[in-house]
Amino acid sequence: MKALAARRHHRFAPAVLLLLALLVTGALYAALAPSQATAESTTAQDVQAGKALFAANCATCHGVGAVGTSETPSLVGVGAAAVDFQVSTGRMPMQMTGPQAEVKPAQFDADQTRQLAAYVASLAPGPSIPSAEAVDPTLGDASNGAEIFRTNCAMCHNAVGAGGALSEGKYAPSLWSTTPTQIYEAMVTGPQSMPVFNENNITPEEKRDVIAYLVEQREGSAGGDPLGSLGPVSEGVWAWVIGIGALIGAAVWIGAKSS
Amino acid sequence: MNTPDVTTHETGREVTAATPADTFADPGLPDHKDRLADKDPKASRRAELQTVILFAISVIGTISMMIVFFTVPLDGTTAGVRTQNLALGLCLGFALLGIGLGAVHWAKTLMSDHEVVEERHNVATEPEDREQAVAALAAGVKDSGIARRGILKGAVVSALALFPLAIAVPLVAEVGGDWNIGKFRHTLWRRGTRLATDPTGRPIKASDVTIGSAYHVIPYQEDIPEDVRPGTHGWIDEKAKAIVLMVRLDPAVLKEAEDRKDWSHDGIVAYSKICTHVGCPVALYEQQTHHLLCPCHQSTFDVADGAKVVFGPAKRPLPQLPITVDDEGYLVAQSDFLEPVGPSFWERLK
Repeated sequence: MKALAARRHHRFAPAVLLLLALLVTGALYAALAPSQATAESTTAQDVQAGKALFAANCATCHGVGAVGTSETPSLVGVGAAAVDFQVSTGRMPMQMTGPQAEVKPAQFDADQTRQLAAYVASLAPGPSIPSAEAVDPTLGDASNGAEIFRTNCAMCHNAVGAGGALSEGKYAPSLWSTTPTQIYEAMVTGPQSMPVFNENNITPEEKRDVIAYLVEQREGSAGGDPLGSLGPVSEGVWAWVIGIGALIGAAVWIGAKSS
Repeated sequence: MNTPDVTTHETGREVTAATPADTFADPGLPDHKDRLADKDPKASRRAELQTVILFAISVIGTISMMIVFFTVPLDGTTAGVRTQNLALGLCLGFALLGIGLGAVHWAKTLMSDHEVVEERHNVATEPEDREQAVAALAAGVKDSGIARRGILKGAVVSALALFPLAIAVPLVAEVGGDWNIGKFRHTLWRRGTRLATDPTGRPIKASDVTIGSAYHVIPYQEDIPEDVRPGTHGWIDEKAKAIVLMVRLDPAVLKEAEDRKDWSHDGIVAYSKICTHVGCPVALYEQQTHHLLCPCHQSTFDVADGAKVVFGPAKRPLPQLPITVDDEGYLVAQSDFLEPVGPSFWERLK
């Protein structure tokens, strides 16, 4: 103790104390934070809690009972998958109207999202949230997924999922930070401009293959920085500005009289 | 021939006196300025050392590349290939850059930089050389006797003139290969051909197509001739004409022409996926606006209104495939497209 007391004025003492405090806080959080393992089953309490959340946060636009208005869609029958996708990606609740709802930090935590989904799913049957196994990329066949993605998805979302432009300010988003569950839900529910790809069009196994392909793209390209995978636009800018700029610089250096 | 006049200017410009007012005097070359390395032996040694370092960078780059090549193994992952590419590329880059920079730096700092002028020589050859050449040619002609032997002259000229045909005729005849444009008028679709998913090839039931769905469609392989089924070479050509995009719309928003009322089934419409502009696959379907976009030139078609053009360079709506359902509930074509699919060609409507 005496040794500690003697060094309490050491110039590293504040840093050491701070580090210790951070470690303790982190350990406490890990021990006490609510776990997310209970997402599978929904109870009547979830539906009740979801109804209250819906009335407070969603009913202004989607109407009491989620029946929609002339401006907003009815949510009866969209299923838990649609709610989980829209709320967990932060698209809903929408911050403002625009060409399309943007991704933003999710406003509700996992429990609240589950409650909202349970409430909307209780209104009418619809696509449910896929199980962890249904979206596990390690169980999918990336090569088959690539073939399906190329025909059904790549024209909007780009060959490796980098996203792309649609009309009048709308766009197909990049899929690089979308979770496998969200990718699956988007295919089943067809959010916003995206068409629906139901289980007869692309089977659940094929959807998992697509997810496997997309997750594999996150490893990046073997050729180095893909420059956003946007093809000739970003590659052209790089070649013309950096490449030709360096060549011009070299030509000026070679041609300049040395002193 | 002439040897170029080489003059070395050591002293710089010559002074010209009594210049007329309306002409400019030739200012000559600017004075030669000695570089630091020319005057100061220390600077010279420094430049030499810098050049040596640059070449040494190249040597290190080359040796490192050999080391990387043999020691960084490929583990089969994307990241592994990327790491090896990066290491090899950097080493190769330094190996070449070192030589390049070293050579330029050497030339700029140490090699002689005295200005040198090379005067232009006459373009024409000397008269006596020309006379000699003409005489040699005339002697050759006389020696061959071609002027006396008329038939021989004719034979040589014919042989040389005809030979290029051996190259030109196959070359021209192979262009295009196939002049039968009739095949652009027809696709694989026939009465009763089932619609199947692309690329998985499963036939589609009408009940599978929910509102808002978009199906990329090919003809079902059991319903098309064997020599053009998926996996054959003929399939590639035929698929390119036969691809279809099928969507189901709320019947309330679907506008249909009177003569096409029976071409759809319960809000399900099928259109050729080949743009009428230059033939890209029109496949970007916006579910909410019912607009179908072409990725190449942004032609936009309204699927809810006969696929008419609402934006872009395309001139004609996409051809519609008339569909219906068979006894088992599968979607089938009523017939082929009633007009040629894809971009215009001269004889399209003949």
